[in-house]
Amino acid sequence: MISFGMSEEQEIVRDTLREFAADALRPAGRECDETSAIPDELLQSAWELGLTTTQIPEEYGGGGEERSLVTNSIVLEELAYGDAALALALVGPSQFANAILDHGSDEQKQKYLPLFCGENFHMASLAQLEPGPVGEPMRPRTMAEPKGEGWVVSGAKSFVVMGDRASHFLVFARNQDGVDAFIVARDAEGLTISEPELNMGLKGLATVGLELERVEVAAADRLGGEAGCNVACLINNSRVALGSVLLGLSRAVLDYCVPYSKDRVAFDEPISKKQSIAFRLAEMHIECEAMRNLVWQAASHLEKGLDATAQARFVRTYVNEKALWIADNGIQVLGGHGFIREHPVEMWFRHARTLSVLEGTAGI
Amino acid sequence: MIDFTLTETDQAIVDYNRAAALICRKYARYYDENEEEMAPEVLPEAEAFYAETPLPPKGGAEDTSPPVMMALHAMISHWGDYTIRLKRSGGGLGNAALSAAGTPEQQKKWGNLVLSMAITEPGCGSDPSRVSTSAVLDPETDEWVINGEKIFVTTGIRAEAVVIWATLDKSAGRAGIKSFLVEKGTPGFDVPHKEKKLGIRADDTAAYVFSDCRIPRSNLLGGDESISKKTSGGFRGVMKTFNMTRPMTAAMGLGLAEAALDFTREQLAEAGVEIDYMAGLISQSAAAEKFIRLEAIYDASRLTTLQACWLAGEGKPNNMESSVCKAHAGGAVRAITQGCIEILGAMGISREHLLEKWTRDCRITDIYEGTGEIQRLIIARGLLDYTRADLK
Repeated sequence: MISFGMSEEQEIVRDTLREFAADALRPAGRECDETSAIPDELLQSAWELGLTTTQIPEEYGGGGEERSLVTNSIVLEELAYGDAALALALVGPSQFANAILDHGSDEQKQKYLPLFCGENFHMASLAQLEPGPVGEPMRPRTMAEPKGEGWVVSGAKSFVVMGDRASHFLVFARNQDGVDAFIVARDAEGLTISEPELNMGLKGLATVGLELERVEVAAADRLGGEAGCNVACLINNSRVALGSVLLGLSRAVLDYCVPYSKDRVAFDEPISKKQSIAFRLAEMHIECEAMRNLVWQAASHLEKGLDATAQARFVRTYVNEKALWIADNGIQVLGGHGFIREHPVEMWFRHARTLSVLEGTAGI
Repeated sequence: MIDFTLTETDQAIVDYNRAAALICRKYARYYDENEEEMAPEVLPEAEAFYAETPLPPKGGAEDTSPPVMMALHAMISHWGDYTIRLKRSGGGLGNAALSAAGTPEQQKKWGNLVLSMAITEPGCGSDPSRVSTSAVLDPETDEWVINGEKIFVTTGIRAEAVVIWATLDKSAGRAGIKSFLVEKGTPGFDVPHKEKKLGIRADDTAAYVFSDCRIPRSNLLGGDESISKKTSGGFRGVMKTFNMTRPMTAAMGLGLAEAALDFTREQLAEAGVEIDYMAGLISQSAAAEKFIRLEAIYDASRLTTLQACWLAGEGKPNNMESSVCKAHAGGAVRAITQGCIEILGAMGISREHLLEKWTRDCRITDIYEGTGEIQRLIIARGLLDYTRADLK
């Protein structure tokens, strides 16, 4: 039954996160970007909200709440409205935890999920993107060769979100049958973790590169165990997550531009009274609504276990394009002030530009 | 609960409508090329279709709400053809205006007629407050005397009566504008011609001329009460009807865009072009990449239209959302159909196929029921908390 109505619970979650994002994230965003660091206290305060733990079943120590990708998409939109880099950091652990939850073998769930149910922020990362031009999610250059019962993984990864503090990595690699994801511990032999990378946007979010030189992975540490898993689902999930972040960011730009344009006077009237500005704002609003519907559709299909490969791709294609347009035009509405680091719009533009090239680095 | 799937009943209704729409498509080209002929009220295949195809069950509380189903129905029927129907049913824009602004007696009297709606004039389109067709009360006969010219009247030929906008006092601007019902055959009411158009040629868009056309005093919509109202009941009434008609026009255009996408997908498949939703820029063909982008635009527009309808079904205000979906769809259908032509090349502009027709047909989506620019004005006013006077 087609419906666009949030549940009462989703409305409560949205309002709570909206408040948290306004109080804790928006004020912190600029400094995190300038210093390329996120304070531990901020991660810890978000951890206490239970962003990752709540939907892990009680048997593994979690909150046992029903897992809902739509709710998580709403959460991510609201967090990113505060700040996109912080949003990705706060839900960082979920990318790994949810991959285990959705696709892990029983043994993997027993072993890894309790890591995310403790009192302190715990990070583990997906390692999907690779150095070099143009990512092809289903054609990683990192290879996994069978060796005995297990695997040997070799290759390089980049933009591993918060890999500086991750206990484990879920490494996407190609084997003779297709693509699989392998759980690699931080101290695995043959694994080198780089210093944090230098990026254009999301600077507060530390990302690292990985070098894997014949890293041995036990059979039990292939995601899904014996059966492996359909890693396309992880990519779809990540596309929806990144789309949710870009959506929140886009709304932030619009909501910043509206009061600014009403205050800013040129030729004796607020610039908001010029159609060239007013129509641009209208366009931003139209696209925010359209983006949200695409994100919700893909999230809802995934939540129901339907094949949402096309819908998730629509999110990636459409939301990337429109969010970039909005961020870019946010700068234009502010004119020179859009270029000055006193206002957040230039930072949001860099965030959007960075987010739009990511793939498989987030999860809801 | 947020959900984008159809129930079994929804699906049965959709399948039924699609089967009917496919029959209509066979006539699409003929009535485009022969616009002087009126499209049939009932197709020859209708009787057999109704006899052989079991009616789908009616939707209940567990199924998708009626306004959303209405939009889906509009999408599917226009996916078949913009104009042709197995059996054309009455009801035009004028019927919506009558429901919104007519008294109960008026609704009872004219509700069963096909009513067109005539607002636009040679000198006024997007700004209907400039309407110059006049209505003057003759106290001796208790009749309104109507004078003026109307153009672009949808279903103008088939309509049995028309709801027109006329002004009682031009100097009063929008407050002077009232709605009147004029029946076909009233002396002084002429239908000089069917308009010649870029697309939707089978649709009977007409021009109307009123010269000293006399109608009973009781043909003023809303009755005498509406005269004394300082703000125009007629104006507000019609603007209110646009809250459902904007999503419906969006849906109609999207049906054409969907037809264009389906045709292009088939042709790409035949040419051996694979569409892979996982592939990146290196392994995907430019044609497939472009096609996916058009599909994404379509889906964004479709959902946004359904959202505006869903709100109406929930009894929630949808003024912004109606304009959002109309503005979005207006641009989307242009991008999609023209993008499909680009992908298919010469095949796209050949009159042997329907893609060029869908491209011409859907071009009206961004114009009628408020141009894309008017929708953006409405949306911007909403965002900025501006009145009509603040932002022109």
